[in-house]
Amino acid sequence: MKNFDGKVLFLNRSDINTDEIIPAKYLTESTKEDLKPYLLEDLKLDTFNPKRDLHNINAIVTRENFGCGSSREHAPWALEVNGIDLVIAVDFARIFRQNMYNCGMMAVELPGSTIDMLFKKFSGRETFLKTDFENHKFTFTSGTISETVDFKINDFDKELVKAGGWVDFADLRY
Amino acid sequence: MGKTITEKIFDAHRIDELSGGVSVLKIDAVFCHEITTPVAINDLIARNKDRVFDPAKIKVVIDHVTPSKDTKTAIQAKTLRDWARRNNIKNFFDVGDNGVCHAIFPEKGFTRPGYTIIMGDSHTCTHGAFGAFAAGVGTTDLEVGILKGICTFKKPETIKFNITGNLREGVYAKDIILHIIGKIGVNGATNKIMEFTGQVIDSMSMESRMTLCNMAIEAGGTSGVCCPDMTTVEYLWEHIKDEYKSKEEALLEYKKWISDNDAKYDSIIDIDVSDLEPMVTFGFKPDEVKPVSEMAGTPVDQIYIGSCTNGRIEDLRIAASILKGKKISKNVRGIVSPATPKIFKTAMDEGIINTFIEAGFCVTNPTCGACLGMSNGVLAPGETCASTTNRNFNGRMGQGGTVHLMSPATAAATSIAGVIVNSEIFKGNK
Repeated sequence: MKNFDGKVLFLNRSDINTDEIIPAKYLTESTKEDLKPYLLEDLKLDTFNPKRDLHNINAIVTRENFGCGSSREHAPWALEVNGIDLVIAVDFARIFRQNMYNCGMMAVELPGSTIDMLFKKFSGRETFLKTDFENHKFTFTSGTISETVDFKINDFDKELVKAGGWVDFADLRY
Repeated sequence: MGKTITEKIFDAHRIDELSGGVSVLKIDAVFCHEITTPVAINDLIARNKDRVFDPAKIKVVIDHVTPSKDTKTAIQAKTLRDWARRNNIKNFFDVGDNGVCHAIFPEKGFTRPGYTIIMGDSHTCTHGAFGAFAAGVGTTDLEVGILKGICTFKKPETIKFNITGNLREGVYAKDIILHIIGKIGVNGATNKIMEFTGQVIDSMSMESRMTLCNMAIEAGGTSGVCCPDMTTVEYLWEHIKDEYKSKEEALLEYKKWISDNDAKYDSIIDIDVSDLEPMVTFGFKPDEVKPVSEMAGTPVDQIYIGSCTNGRIEDLRIAASILKGKKISKNVRGIVSPATPKIFKTAMDEGIINTFIEAGFCVTNPTCGACLGMSNGVLAPGETCASTTNRNFNGRMGQGGTVHLMSPATAAATSIAGVIVNSEIFKGNK
């Protein structure tokens, strides 16, 4: 299973699209590793600087409709090769969400009020996340502040995370 | 209780049900292009699974960057070409007979009512115009589709858009879909099907229906869909004439898919388009939409007419009717990309290509081209393009560039004026 613990990046914007996550001009790269320097290169967010803010990040917390636009699985791959296997948002675009689980990564929805609370308490501070995968709990910690929130994941998505993706699962079963 | 067209297609293709409301569907057609497929091919080779479920059900085209522009894109094309040959895939369209996937595959008759279709391309929703369930997927889903002919989907609910009224002259399917996206937002249809019905759809060409369904993904929709009718049969007839005794018989067969009158919808949205004006986007999201009249006078640097949204013959005819005998502004550069070789040839035969060239346009080969800034027509930082494509995302057509989405008529008029403007066809009042 992939790693769902570590340092959190807060991206305070809705509708972050896959062209912003990885621009089309890099879709000619032939390995996932080649995508690494370009993650979120075109993100339109004033406070964000990809060169400065992506160092040692393992999870992203963001707003609504993350991953909209193109179907490119290069978006999850660009996150993966940068050590980010978990995105938490109010909701996701369908194809992006499916691509994450198909790669054994997680795209987890939390209620808008919970996301608001997380932004209020932790955004702008160095924050770490610990994931209890079996009991469906995230614990966010920054200095002396800590919050634990429950999350939901359906059985099929959970199986994909455990199996590390969809290809072998499908080939064995069908 | 009745069913929607999508529910009927799901029921006819479901081979398994998994937890979380996930259905495993049998797929009738897997479409492939050179950007998202080579990674799947290389992964299948690495897993020692270099095979395909059914070579006749896989259709392949090189369209995003063609002819190849550099070593990397040449390798992508070669990977696809070698794979198609090795696996005996006959429907492979290479340089010379290739075109934009969502224009060429319908043109070849590969999209049929009642089909399930996947492709590693978000605009696969276009094919819903024929009464199919067609959805864009990522590379992993594509890989499993190639290997096993299956794909998982949650059963999507359907939003019904009942489009009524009479479109004013100079207002087109593109304006309707931009208006709808502006109304419901970029996630207004996430995980849902957008079913387009009503008298306006009934009298629309297949090209216009494809324009509508093409942009369902821009509202987050899993797919767009129009129920099949005689217009669908007429479009497909040259490909299906050996399968049916008459067009009426084909229509009767296709009608079994259409939504029942008592089908249950997530919601029904009525839209009267009688007062609709030509629309244009202003920001970096496809739901940031205004009437062209409110954006009039905005200068642009480039005009792009083409893509899976608006690069079909109907689109080129409309643009050419406005450009005929005129010159584009000295302040802009115009690029037109007929979406397929057949469209290109028809446009030549009808004198449309001549009109574009005399007006000062550059005519490219059929390709996705400028739409996503991958091959030609890339913008410099600070530049602006008036475009008939489907996405105005930040950096979409080149880093630091801005894209205004609009109909071919508005794009043609804008190329002459050098600033965003309504076409002369649109008179403003009823």
